[in-house]
Amino acid sequence: MAHPAADTDRPTTLRTPLGRVRGSGSAKSGTHHWWMQRVTSMALLPLTLWFIVVLATSAGMTQVEAALWIGQPFNAVLLLALIGLTFHHTASGLQVVIEDYAKPEWVKIAAVLAVKAVCALLALAAALAVLRLAV
Amino acid sequence: MSIQDAREATMLGRRTDGTAVRRPLSPHLQVYDMMQMTSAISISHRATGIIWTVGAAVMVWWLVAAASGPEAFDTVQWFLGSFLGILMLMGVTAAAWFHTLAGLRHLVWDAGYGYDIPSVYKSGRMVLIGTAVLTALTWLALLISW
Repeated sequence: MAHPAADTDRPTTLRTPLGRVRGSGSAKSGTHHWWMQRVTSMALLPLTLWFIVVLATSAGMTQVEAALWIGQPFNAVLLLALIGLTFHHTASGLQVVIEDYAKPEWVKIAAVLAVKAVCALLALAAALAVLRLAV
Repeated sequence: MSIQDAREATMLGRRTDGTAVRRPLSPHLQVYDMMQMTSAISISHRATGIIWTVGAAVMVWWLVAAASGPEAFDTVQWFLGSFLGILMLMGVTAAAWFHTLAGLRHLVWDAGYGYDIPSVYKSGRMVLIGTAVLTALTWLALLISW
């Protein structure tokens, strides 16, 4: 595919000249889904590292110790962020896998909706648990 | 239609009405050597992402149990310390580190770097070695604190 912008060494856009002149973008959500997967993955890097390090260095926690640790404001805020981002990232990742492999259209739609429902409910349950211990 | 020669698999076309026709098809999975590191790591990135959801579900169980009280928390701690629990946690730890490192590799690609073949193989080996090292370190920290 020849690129029209021969004046630059590195093409900065894949849009056709006609597309640029018309000025219309995607009719749907464009790159939003793809971009949000990247954004959540970058945010999850430090958050997950923090959570794994805490869990790995305090394996034998009692319920009282765990509840106290979860309830501290600093930990509770980071946990809520971790929960929301984890299940946003999980739902959008599983959605792409389903969209690639699930065959009849109704199975695809039903599976994506089911995954989103389960992820939303798990995130809400985890957030409620954190809030009960923190508030 | 029975296939006598494996190469015929790429010649099994279908017309729009569904009837069979002998014509060449676009290359598909059968033309690739799936034991190449590139494709193996690619599909493993998906697989480890799916495996990690088990870890996310356990995180919810652990948090909900901590909020419920000592009995529920003892149950989850008992499961995580059982043979099956440790086996599952080890699998999730390895999958999580792989998915994290392979994800970082994807972010570097997204930024526009590391596409030439030597770099792809080098970063692929780094993902595999890094997964082994970081999984071992995580369990070392866990066993020391236990």
